[in-house]
Amino acid sequence: MTTQPEITAAGLPGMSASHRNLFLLLLAIVAVAPFLAYPLLVIKVLCFGLFALSLNLMLGNLGLLSFGHAAYFGLSSYAAAHAAKVWGFTPEFALGFAVLVAVVTGAVFGALCVRRQGIYFAMVTLAFAQMIYFFSLQAPFTGGEDGIQNVPRGALFGLFSLQSDMALYALVAVVFFVAVLALYRITWSPFGQVLRAIRDNEPRAISLGYRVDRYKWTVFVLAAGFAGLAGGLKAISFQLASLTDVYWGMSGEVVLMVMIGGMATFFGPLIGALLVIWMQNELAAFGAWVTIVQGLVFMACILVFRKGLLGTIADRLGLKV
Amino acid sequence: MPISGCPMADRLSQNPHFQVTDLEAWYGESHVLHRVSFDIREGEVVTLLGRNGAGKSTTLKSIMGMIKRRQGSVRLREKELGRASSRAIARAGIAFCPEDRGIYSSLTVEENLMLPPVVASGGMSVAEIHTLFPNLAERRRSQGTRLSGGEQQMLAIGRILRTGARLLLLDEPTEGLAPVIVQQIGATIRQLKERGYTVLLVEQNFHFAASVADRHYVMDHGQVVDMIPGPEIADNMAKLSTYLGV
Amino acid sequence: MLIFGIPLQLLSTQILLGLINGAFYAILSLGLAIIFGLLNIVNFAHGAFYMMGAFGALLMLDHFAMNYWLALLVVPLTIGLLGCVIERLILRRIYDLDHLYGMILTFGMGLVIVGLFRNQYGATGLPYSMPAALQGGYNLGFMFLPASRAFVILASVAVCLVTWLVIEKTRLGSWLRAATEKPELTEAFGINVPLLITLTYGFGVALAGFAGVLAAPIYSVNPMMGSDLIIVVFAVVVIGGMGSISGAILTGFMLGLVEGVTKVFWPQASTTVIFVIMAIVLLIRPAGLFGKQA
Repeated sequence: MTTQPEITAAGLPGMSASHRNLFLLLLAIVAVAPFLAYPLLVIKVLCFGLFALSLNLMLGNLGLLSFGHAAYFGLSSYAAAHAAKVWGFTPEFALGFAVLVAVVTGAVFGALCVRRQGIYFAMVTLAFAQMIYFFSLQAPFTGGEDGIQNVPRGALFGLFSLQSDMALYALVAVVFFVAVLALYRITWSPFGQVLRAIRDNEPRAISLGYRVDRYKWTVFVLAAGFAGLAGGLKAISFQLASLTDVYWGMSGEVVLMVMIGGMATFFGPLIGALLVIWMQNELAAFGAWVTIVQGLVFMACILVFRKGLLGTIADRLGLKV
Repeated sequence: MPISGCPMADRLSQNPHFQVTDLEAWYGESHVLHRVSFDIREGEVVTLLGRNGAGKSTTLKSIMGMIKRRQGSVRLREKELGRASSRAIARAGIAFCPEDRGIYSSLTVEENLMLPPVVASGGMSVAEIHTLFPNLAERRRSQGTRLSGGEQQMLAIGRILRTGARLLLLDEPTEGLAPVIVQQIGATIRQLKERGYTVLLVEQNFHFAASVADRHYVMDHGQVVDMIPGPEIADNMAKLSTYLGV
Repeated sequence: MLIFGIPLQLLSTQILLGLINGAFYAILSLGLAIIFGLLNIVNFAHGAFYMMGAFGALLMLDHFAMNYWLALLVVPLTIGLLGCVIERLILRRIYDLDHLYGMILTFGMGLVIVGLFRNQYGATGLPYSMPAALQGGYNLGFMFLPASRAFVILASVAVCLVTWLVIEKTRLGSWLRAATEKPELTEAFGINVPLLITLTYGFGVALAGFAGVLAAPIYSVNPMMGSDLIIVVFAVVVIGGMGSISGAILTGFMLGLVEGVTKVFWPQASTTVIFVIMAIVLLIRPAGLFGKQA
């Protein structure tokens, strides 16, 4: 979107001091969290945080809103679950397969989606995601309405059992942290600079000789890949892949996470994921109230709180986060 | 150079009919109009002359309330319109013919002609407009933008004559048109003057401006820098050349 | 009688079902196109308004014993009024922003509406009794045509046609087209564009409400009934291109038909065929069949 503040390339080639501090803070939180809250709950936050970051790679840098990001998250959770349960893959191979599925799917749909812009892009991504949903509803290996249940967590490299929640947490935390660093590098690389140039003035970027569609497609594939990683992690951790993960409601939820956190920030989506999951937990007993509150928060984000939580705080403090 | 006289001067009231005072306007952060002031008497044809980017079109758009960020006073007779919405300004009796002519491609010629609502009695009838511009009658079922450039300009002028507005803002009506069409438009403007319309004309074509206008305001860098009465234009050629950079 | 090895009766029944789906696609995409044209908002809440139309018919019958025919008039009017209020109070605030914000805002609005109905009526379907005049049907020789289904198609065609006539052939329609094409200039001619915008949103969602009332007797009425449908309609809109009123209507019926025929020959693909067509259209004519190519 054109109105958002620029994410600058502060800190290249290294990292700015404030960002280094933020990463250290994140590391500390990730290290301490499982001792303060249920490890599985923290794992959920990490998976969705990564999912939200992957969406914002495209939205924050290119201004392209994928309203069908659950397709890659959900399809990959099926892929990981199927690979682990039916083929007996170890977790690392199941995750690898999940990412591969997401990347290939993203490559195909991305090539089609980048042919439209703005609002049409959002509609096209949503429509293709719905196609994946209908496909998942009918395909024999997804288990239809039941999903794939009792997925074995297995043993990492065939050696380290992930049966205990803490062992699982260690794996998820490491993968999460490495993925966040990778997303950070991509965002603040020269490649990321070009993306923001395209976002701010596409005709100028074209006239400068950038093959804009190629950039958009690459980001689409990257975003799909990271979403797939998040989906795979979630399937292994919760031993379940289901239609919920691939439904448009999930696509909406991840957009909400990014909006709450602030799409013009790098770290915002993580806070958004934390808040949305906290909200779901609090409201779990109240049925459709989750939907109503989410809808209201969506509206509030657009009407009064457009920069999101972290975006607003950063603005107050004059920081780029 | 032949200079049109002022045959209706005796009928002109000396009180300004239309007065712009300290008009300012911004595009985003950039301040484009600086304290623009001028006035027009009833029945006068006045031009805004100036280079590209001097702020002439912006002045018209600001008068029409089409520039979001503006301040200053715009007065039609006793009515202050400096803060009014562009709808209210149109309803007060000011009609605008934009630089790009503003012909709607999704409307037929006839629909284009009938689009602006009548804001006061005394506007021309469709028959009169068709007499003035016979082409519009012939092609009334065509898509608006299928007309030639000259015909589109006639449509753009014709449709604001229907509304009963007595102050017409015309933004470069001769731009990009063949000389014979330019002459026709010049004749039209003189006819409008005969009928007592007040016209504010933005022009790049100085010769055209000289042939129709009673007075000229010169704009530069978003300001009005000079006023030259029509009859004195020949004496001021040198000065004008520097202003206009011709 | 067999056509391509398929009994004529099966084929014509599926074509009929497809046309009915197409009727709903047409009304809904027509409303979306009108709203998008003037407001530049992709009205994600459209499915929710459709659902409210169906519930409206149900509630009117239950609480006021209002018959179907009256509901067909009263419910869309009420929903249209609600739409006008929503436009004035909420949507009006975001016209200066990127178009994506409007889509997200109306998505949130849709969630709220659907959530409220789920709280009140649960997630399962409620039955709406078929009005007497629509029971029974006609034997066409090669197939049986239920009156209720014939009515849906006729009503949809009629509403689409009237909407098209009003937009293309009346003075009000010319104002609407003008405001869609050049809003600032149209306002500068003294036309009340903000009022047109309010009425347009009201009319667009009233169309969705009308479709909902039509759907009440033939589909199960439940809070989620519009949510999946609206995404298919988005695909319809991408295929047709949102630039043209008649394009939206034609594409709607056409795709319903294609879906019906697919159901005969390859049932599993019938839910995805529209998306496949969308992919092909994106490859060949990215701006849509009736859209202006860049």
